[in-house]
Amino acid sequence: MNLEILLFSVFALVSAVSAVMTITRKTPVISAIFLILNFFSLAGLYLLLNAQFIAVVQVIVYAGAIMVLFLFVIMLLNSAAESKIFSDNRVIQYFAVFIAVFVFAQLAYLIFFQHPGEVINPQLAESIKAGTIENIGRQLYTEYLIPFEIAGFLLLAATIGAMVIAKKKFE
Amino acid sequence: MIEQYIPIFMVMVFAIIFGLGVIFASKIFGPNRPNKFKLMPYESGKDPVGDARERMSIKYYLVAMLFIIFDIEVIFVYPWGVEFKKLFADFGILAFTPMLVFLIVLELGFLYIYVKGGLKWD
Amino acid sequence: MDIWSIVIETSIKIFVVVNVLLLTVSYSVYFERKISAWAQNRIGPNRVGWLGLLQPFADVFKLLLKEDIVPDKSNKAIHALAPFLALFVAFSTYAVIPIGPEMTLFGYTFSLVVADVGIGILYVLAMTSLGVYAITFAGWSSGSKYSLLGGIRSAAQMISYEVSMGFSIAGVIMFSESLNMNVIVQSQAGWMWNAILQPIGFITFVVAAFAETNRMPFDLPEAEPELVGGYHTEYSSMKFAGFFLAEYANMAIASALIVTLYLGGWQNPLVDIFGITGITATLMQIGAFLVKVLALLFFFIWVRWSLPRFRYDQLMDLGWKVMFPLSLINIVWVAALIMIFNL
Repeated sequence: MNLEILLFSVFALVSAVSAVMTITRKTPVISAIFLILNFFSLAGLYLLLNAQFIAVVQVIVYAGAIMVLFLFVIMLLNSAAESKIFSDNRVIQYFAVFIAVFVFAQLAYLIFFQHPGEVINPQLAESIKAGTIENIGRQLYTEYLIPFEIAGFLLLAATIGAMVIAKKKFE
Repeated sequence: MIEQYIPIFMVMVFAIIFGLGVIFASKIFGPNRPNKFKLMPYESGKDPVGDARERMSIKYYLVAMLFIIFDIEVIFVYPWGVEFKKLFADFGILAFTPMLVFLIVLELGFLYIYVKGGLKWD
Repeated sequence: MDIWSIVIETSIKIFVVVNVLLLTVSYSVYFERKISAWAQNRIGPNRVGWLGLLQPFADVFKLLLKEDIVPDKSNKAIHALAPFLALFVAFSTYAVIPIGPEMTLFGYTFSLVVADVGIGILYVLAMTSLGVYAITFAGWSSGSKYSLLGGIRSAAQMISYEVSMGFSIAGVIMFSESLNMNVIVQSQAGWMWNAILQPIGFITFVVAAFAETNRMPFDLPEAEPELVGGYHTEYSSMKFAGFFLAEYANMAIASALIVTLYLGGWQNPLVDIFGITGITATLMQIGAFLVKVLALLFFFIWVRWSLPRFRYDQLMDLGWKVMFPLSLINIVWVAALIMIFNL
């Protein structure tokens, strides 16, 4: 059997199952664990698309950094507050359904009408070269220099925002 | 390309098997005689008081948020670092200034938190 | 090369490396106890086998036959997941660390690294960033106050030092122009070791490595006088052994990483001086790598029994206010070296 298809099946299955488990578990910490597993298998899928750098960044940033904050927040709530997060708020429930339908429609449109598969370079060597860190560095610091600096200011805004929110609690 | 990564997958599969083996080993070999006092949370010999899961200082959250921001910053530095010698050969000092600006911008945020006392632990 | 030959070759490498790693772990535990004994003018383990050399195996058998206690108030699944994660991280990080150059044996050439991948060092970073979860899960799931305090402190400590660790590595890859570990080693040929060229980055990386492995002077999460056992207070039997094993394996891997990134990896100056080639040179290079790693392991243990523990506020101050700015200065320093001296 073709190795790529075998690995794709494994990662796709794991990511689909873990995504379903994330939203069906009652304990938020278990949900978070499945979300980490989901990010991990997505990294595997990126790897199969020859995007090595994106794959490893997916693990470092999403599974390694963002989920740590998620877990800090979930773990340090007491058990009573934990069960209330999702169940007690009607508005959030309607909003969640709306977002889900919207994202599904968007993805369906992209897949069936835009044919994203055709954008990928069919030449294997070219495709591998596009995903290397050297190529990303070259592109980012020549052609995409302005968006890069803007990203810097965006992160500055996030830093100050984090401090402002936390500051209220200090006093 | 994916052939390169087969060893990594194999190492991970081996690590999973090894980990599971260690976790279940004492279930198989060790005795199992639980009693009420054995299963109490340890609190230096006294009966445990209250719930273990108290809410924590806001500073831990602040550290986690700062970590996300600077982790993303590190990720931006790597592609530049790998390509720096070649960029320097092509553009001279102009290869260095964009990263310097980026670092200074982010350090302004760091200084803001420092000055406001967000990094003060007591 | 077809897939099956890769699979067979990798299986052999994994078998060898894991055995070497387990042996190193067993005997670093033994030497930790021996060296601490010498430092404190005691004798140390000397009953099991000649000079107590079989002590590590006796310890493993003892833990294997102990009862596995899972406290009532704990979350059972996550309680078991935590030591598993610690072991998973510790026993998959070694994959990209090269222990020698390419080697030819019986007409078959192979590289002395389990996985020679392009993203090398980033794979190590990704794995270390998952190590935080083992400790947070252990602390949270046990349902004990000491565990929770130890777990949350440790998590905050690890993520703080991960930042300066990441920036220190940036300095290394600016010289090597690659993330591949073998290329990083080759870029330090002769005496062009990164430890000499970028001493600031070397110091920040070593300090971060101590903090990441929770070793003294940064072993706050398990500060005995205040937190009993820290995050593994409620663990017993092989689950405790799992944490213990992972801690020492991480120490060995951290030493190997410091050697690879800053101390020239498997480069052996004698090979260049005497112009040795062939299989002798390869063996000497592997020997050089092992000697460097063992010296660093000794350093880890030596520091533990010589320095007192930091206070928590001192630890966080050191991480954010000293190590973080220093690791940024290191990047500017390396950029200046490249721009001025064209290194």
